[in-house]
Amino acid sequence: MNVWDYLVDLIPNLARNLRAAVEGAGFSDGAVFLVMGLAGVLAVTLFVMLLVPPLTFLERRLVARAQVRIGPNRVGPFGLLQPIADALKLMTKEVIVPSQADGLLHLLAPSLIFLPPFMIFAVVPFAPGGVFTNLNMGLVYIIAVSSLAAIVVFTAGFSSANRYSMLGAARAVAQLISYEVPATIALVTVAVAAGSLSLTGIVQAQTVPYILYFPLAFLIFFIGSLVEVNRAPADLAEAESEIIAGYHTEYGGFKWACFQLGEYTHMVAASAIIATLFLSGWKGPILPPYLWLVTKMMVVILLYMWIRFTVPRIRVDQVMSFAWKFLLPLSLINVLVVGLEVVLAPSLPVWLIAINVPFAAASIVVWAKLYRVLEGPPPLTQRREIPGVTSPLPVPEPAGTAR
Amino acid sequence: MYGSGILKGMSLVLQTMLLKKPFTVQYPEKRIEPPRRFRGASFVWYEDRCTGCATCAKACPQGNIQIITTEGQFNQYFVDRFDIDHLRCMFCGLCVEACPYDALFMGPDFENASYSRASLVIGKKHLNAAAPTRIPSSYFHPELDRIDISSGRPVPEIRKAEQEKNQDIGWASR
Amino acid sequence: MTLRTDPVTINFGPHHPSTHGVFQMRITADGEVITNLEPVMGYLHRGCEKLSEGRTYTQVVPLTDRLDYLSPMSNNVACVLAAERLGDIPVPERAEYIRVIMAELQRLANHCAMTGFLLNDLGTFFTLFHYTMREREKILDLFEMTCGTRVTVSYMRPGGVLQDLPEEFLPRLRALLDEMPHRIDDYEALITQNEIVLARTKGVGVMSKELAIAAGCSGPMLRGSGVKWDIRKNDTYSIYDRFQFDIPVGTNGDVYDRYWVRIQEMRQSLRILEQAYRDIPQGEVRTRLPLFFRLPSGEAYGRIEAPKGELGFYLVSDGGIAPYRMHVRAPSFINLGVLRDLTVGYTVADAVITLGSVDIVLGEVDR
Repeated sequence: MNVWDYLVDLIPNLARNLRAAVEGAGFSDGAVFLVMGLAGVLAVTLFVMLLVPPLTFLERRLVARAQVRIGPNRVGPFGLLQPIADALKLMTKEVIVPSQADGLLHLLAPSLIFLPPFMIFAVVPFAPGGVFTNLNMGLVYIIAVSSLAAIVVFTAGFSSANRYSMLGAARAVAQLISYEVPATIALVTVAVAAGSLSLTGIVQAQTVPYILYFPLAFLIFFIGSLVEVNRAPADLAEAESEIIAGYHTEYGGFKWACFQLGEYTHMVAASAIIATLFLSGWKGPILPPYLWLVTKMMVVILLYMWIRFTVPRIRVDQVMSFAWKFLLPLSLINVLVVGLEVVLAPSLPVWLIAINVPFAAASIVVWAKLYRVLEGPPPLTQRREIPGVTSPLPVPEPAGTAR
Repeated sequence: MYGSGILKGMSLVLQTMLLKKPFTVQYPEKRIEPPRRFRGASFVWYEDRCTGCATCAKACPQGNIQIITTEGQFNQYFVDRFDIDHLRCMFCGLCVEACPYDALFMGPDFENASYSRASLVIGKKHLNAAAPTRIPSSYFHPELDRIDISSGRPVPEIRKAEQEKNQDIGWASR
Repeated sequence: MTLRTDPVTINFGPHHPSTHGVFQMRITADGEVITNLEPVMGYLHRGCEKLSEGRTYTQVVPLTDRLDYLSPMSNNVACVLAAERLGDIPVPERAEYIRVIMAELQRLANHCAMTGFLLNDLGTFFTLFHYTMREREKILDLFEMTCGTRVTVSYMRPGGVLQDLPEEFLPRLRALLDEMPHRIDDYEALITQNEIVLARTKGVGVMSKELAIAAGCSGPMLRGSGVKWDIRKNDTYSIYDRFQFDIPVGTNGDVYDRYWVRIQEMRQSLRILEQAYRDIPQGEVRTRLPLFFRLPSGEAYGRIEAPKGELGFYLVSDGGIAPYRMHVRAPSFINLGVLRDLTVGYTVADAVITLGSVDIVLGEVDR
């Protein structure tokens, strides 16, 4: 077979060659399994760690262009060595741990922040036959793993012995658990339409990308994943202008680098999920399938970045009311309608798009009118009564009054 | 309404990202030429016009100027020391405004960092050495907008050169 | 069994990314809701009023630059207005027009900066900030062309302005006036209909009319609450009675209304600038006074509509070359008096935005 075919099927070919080499060397079955597993882990880790630092650089350049200025362009040609400069600086910085902080938790939190994203990448299919493990309940596994992020964030904030961090951690946990519910229900539509819970099955079932069939589910899941990753407009947990740096205020040097990279890695993982479930994963003409996956991931990541530098931050009670009062009923309505469609027309004909897109727009408008969540006036802020300031203090009774 | 406001903002940001040039001027490779009336740091002092009246020293809000004179034969002053303390100076220009004999002018530049404090108290020698070549700023002397006293050239040439430099970096057209 | 909660004291210390300077707020919060707020100022006190006692009237002008360092032209105008009222010093026509042009340009620059900072506090990560700073740079270029510096201008003198405008000033002003309405439309596109901005700023930091008048607020804080009071119209100084402009007034008194009032004020400033550009006469720009002139003994109060509110200089003279006492009525300092009433009962995030909408500059607050 020629070079081009080998490259297009690179991942399965490499796996097959490695297995043949190890088996040929006479190892037992268990050892072969172990070696293949470690090789897969290494491959996935390398892929993610090579993708994330250039992404930080790209974000800084794009933000700068949106703000009519030039981003970092001094370190290396066009500033391309900037991530390396950042890494060197952060590794040589002094790490200060507050004396009242819980030392073990303070060390544990930045180490664990990478756990959920990497575990998500274990089930993402990079090519037909190129997936680390083809779990037949991959979707459930993803949802379970992404809830771990809430625990890690809370650990980070709680162990810092700092009021700002506690505020940030409390906000983060509240928003993370609120947004898991509508996001999960939106994923149910995809599972129902594809007829399977495994990610490879869902990708196989997408002849037309599901973003066209189920725009409402895509919107709900996109907003849910924005909030899950703690990115603007929902970066309350680390809001710089209000609580300095939220749950990672007390982390310096390399620990802070872990949090930054962890946030980016989680964003990359979320974009991988969206690319797989809604944009038909590795499918595409001409180019190798893993390149298609990366391209689709980059499109989603650019969308995340674009939203980040346009939109201001929402307040924590508005975040939660948006999830529980707006997104959750919308996702339930969506599941109902999609379920009906799948029962009546199981082969998903193309004219379903013409029904689903207007239905999505109409349901958003109708539900927003019903609950007035993001419509301009009237104001949503409820002001609490504080005696003495917002209302006059009660006049004390004169002494000697019989009770 | 229903997200359209956010979309409008996002489209504006996209337009800026794709169509507008960056507003940054990358110092120090490219500099913006300061305008003609710039209140810059390196003062221009003409000793042959200075009479030692010390009106500038009286006008300075901080007391940065120190003048020591000796009396001459015909009741005139010889200026022995004329020190301007650049460290405390806030470049307000009141000294230039006060001088009755047009002997003191503001200078053209702003990059005067130094490693020692003593070298920033500029004395007579330093001022005299710089006077022939430095172009005085036309702050409070708008007649210098037209004529450059150090070279005697009419200033439209100088200003045109400055404007061309600024055009190169595109400052005025952004 | 009820849950017992303890209030927590949060210290928005002097070092904070969004307190607009060295300003401290001690917040007692029950969860996220504020129950008490105590502002602590004085970290930038430099003894400006005492320093002015030893300086002549001309030397005081650079000192006033550093009070409200975001709008120094307005400070200069107020200071020399007080001196001129005390000494009955006439001001030539052209100088009055130049003063109006500079004051309105300064108002544009200040409101540009304030809008950018407000969006920063909201969390847009500096995007609108850079757009407004780009416009502010163009206005500061105009200042630099006239008097040599961008921020510490010291341009006004008792009896007029320091020196005449250079000949490239008016064409550049024309270019700016042509471009500015489109830029203000851009800012509005990013803010006015943005649902998240509306949700965050509507109904936050509400100040009633009675509270605003009772607390002595002035400027956009007062007009945002519905009181139609502008010193340019109600207590006219300089030649503002020759210009036609409107006073924008808000309805609810919340953060959104104050922002809206400032944007409309920017548009009205452009209107005034157009009229001044059209009508400016030729002539002298300064009544020559001696270098160290004396003002007759007495007292005078000169107040202007600075971009932040009513800026007043109370000048007491004893017949000497320097003021006997100069007191600055700083609008930011007086406006901060209501901060507690504006923020109690709202959340911590709202306190930051409310502080941003008061539009303080610590140089003025602490003098």
